[in-house]
Amino acid sequence: MQSEFLLQIKDLKASIDNKEILRGLTLEVKPGEIHAIMGPNGSGKSTLANVLTGREIATVTAGTVTFEGKNLLEMSPEDRAREGIFLSFQYPIEIPGVSMVNFMKTAINEQRKHRGLEPLSASEFLRQMREKKELVEIDSALTNRSVNEGFSGGEKKKNEIFQMAMLEPRLALLDETDSGLDIDALRIVANGVNKIRRPDTSVIVITHYQRLLDYIVPDYVHVLYDGRIVRSGGPELALKLEERGYDWIRKEADVSEETWTTDRK
Amino acid sequence: MENDQDKLLGEVTSGEYKYGFVTDIETEVIPKGLNEDVIRVISAKKEEPEWMLEFRLKAFRHWQTMKLPKWAHLNIPEIDFQDIIYYAAPKQKKRPDSLDDVDPELLKTFDKLGIPLEEQKRLTGVAVDAVMDSVSVKTTFRETLAEMGIIFCSFSEAVKEHPSLVQKYLASVVPYTDNFFATLNSAVFSDGSFCYIPKGVRCPMELSTYFRINASNTGQFERTLLIADEEAYVSYLEGCTAPMRDEHQLHAAVVEIVAERGAEVKYSTVQNWYPGDKDGKGGIFNFVTKRGICKGDDSKISWTQVETGSAITWKYPSCILRGNNSTGEFYSVAVTNNYQQADTGTKMIHIGRNTRSTIVSKGISAGFGQNSYRGLVKVLGKAEGARNFSQCDSLLLGDKCGAHTFPYIEVDNPSAIVEHEATTSRIGEDQIFYCNQRGISTEDAIGLIVNGYAREVINKLPMEFAVEAQKLLQISLEGSVG
Repeated sequence: MQSEFLLQIKDLKASIDNKEILRGLTLEVKPGEIHAIMGPNGSGKSTLANVLTGREIATVTAGTVTFEGKNLLEMSPEDRAREGIFLSFQYPIEIPGVSMVNFMKTAINEQRKHRGLEPLSASEFLRQMREKKELVEIDSALTNRSVNEGFSGGEKKKNEIFQMAMLEPRLALLDETDSGLDIDALRIVANGVNKIRRPDTSVIVITHYQRLLDYIVPDYVHVLYDGRIVRSGGPELALKLEERGYDWIRKEADVSEETWTTDRK
Repeated sequence: MENDQDKLLGEVTSGEYKYGFVTDIETEVIPKGLNEDVIRVISAKKEEPEWMLEFRLKAFRHWQTMKLPKWAHLNIPEIDFQDIIYYAAPKQKKRPDSLDDVDPELLKTFDKLGIPLEEQKRLTGVAVDAVMDSVSVKTTFRETLAEMGIIFCSFSEAVKEHPSLVQKYLASVVPYTDNFFATLNSAVFSDGSFCYIPKGVRCPMELSTYFRINASNTGQFERTLLIADEEAYVSYLEGCTAPMRDEHQLHAAVVEIVAERGAEVKYSTVQNWYPGDKDGKGGIFNFVTKRGICKGDDSKISWTQVETGSAITWKYPSCILRGNNSTGEFYSVAVTNNYQQADTGTKMIHIGRNTRSTIVSKGISAGFGQNSYRGLVKVLGKAEGARNFSQCDSLLLGDKCGAHTFPYIEVDNPSAIVEHEATTSRIGEDQIFYCNQRGISTEDAIGLIVNGYAREVINKLPMEFAVEAQKLLQISLEGSVG
């Protein structure tokens, strides 16, 4: 039976170097929803992104993650990507010598192969490149270079969103996409996300600050603290965090043994 | 091109050496061992004139005074030169005049290697000399080329049919005393290609030689001589493969190039001798002397090599820039995976005024591979205005392999400008994960990164070989990460 959820994380525990970082995280995301995950440094935000994308540095010790009803944890990182999970990296990686065109084309055709589709023709591919470049306002000069090589911080983030536009994921994870961006770049990047999002595209925005959420308005905001979601709410929760900082959460969380779960209506 | 790349990246899934089969064909071999009688036998089998035999014997006598060179950064096991067969030839009556007379097994072998010998099947624009073990099997397009005065034939035929040319140029670039392996080659060389492009002729097609070792326990010692007369142009390719065998086999070739005034020669190699298995068992010992001379003013010689095979590679394709304003180029990608070792590079000897040389060397090491670049840039006193640019990059996969650079620079003219750049980098886990996260598998990611790294050199190869080389790079590195 098809689940109503795109992504279901249940009681997830994960460690890095035998240190438990996620301590029973539960989160459910329906198609088209935007979830923001906020929390102080060291709360486990990046580890969550690593676990969802299959990066080996984190080891899952308990819990389940299903994506469109399939066991995500059994899939290789590339299969997760081909299934439609996209991570906008906090620190995008430079790959000298590999052109953006070749990189994108390989990525798209791998995804298509996975779905039983023929490779894109050269002309169709170039048309999409052009169209998506405009959508995310990325300079053509950048896409003619090697992957992220010599890009500024802001250009790298834009390039992540450009790749997201090309790959049209089911679920996009934006890991600290706002970090290192000035306000104009932030607006362009955020608007890019909004423009390329289809009605059933889900987004998980991982962020430290509220400001990105002015542009990418979440349906739900979750506070991650010490490896657990300790509080969930609507966009107003983000504003409250911005105003009051994480200290009040910290105080609350420290006295409570209870695991907070997504508060759904 | 883009499509080809993707297809290649996609279809390559098994990392096995693809050319490891053996052709079951009756082979004429002489007994193992090396002495003057053996040399006389080889010369007699080839029906050589007296001067050729004399050359061989002179070389052999000199070789007996020489020792195996030890200066390379290589661990070379003891080679018993008396335990090698110096002549092996697929049995066929005579050198066939037409294809109908060629043994079908031989045709099949070259078909399987992707080198069909039927001219109509060939990609237009490439003429092939196919050499198996010690003899040339067939040279295609000879007649077409002959109409333009171009001589393209096996070395043995050249000795018989164009003795004056051979005598004039043989050993004029690599003397028989040059080094241990070149001297050995001069004594026992069997076959190879001969090419002469007359004055003012641009060779209309790529010329190529495909070398195949088939017989076991034999050494391959081919000799290639390429002459571009004044204002002539030729692009020449060589490819090579060998069966998978547990024992090592010796390959010691000599290539000589002469470029007269205003001539240009492009020499490309895709070297894919059997590299040995993943534990370092078997594989070809590849000790090769390649050298060209830019004899006349304004001449140019360009070496491009993609070295993925062989257990040991010892090879320094070089240019003697004697003519004023002459140009030498060396573009190289060398891969060492598993227990492969390579010590390769070039020598650029600037003699004439305003001579230019460019060296681009890209080493890739994986597994337990050891990869060394060794290069000499020498500017003599009269080489006013000489200019060299060298770039030596090393790419490491994993932490058990090694990359080494040994640049030698000797400058005796104060006006010379010599530049040397070097980098060492590593394919990072983070780069691979980044590709994974975009749906690209680890093997394909390595292929992308390595081909990106080597692109500058691959681009110098003729198109169809560039595609082949890309595929090879990826195959030879499979299983090296993760």
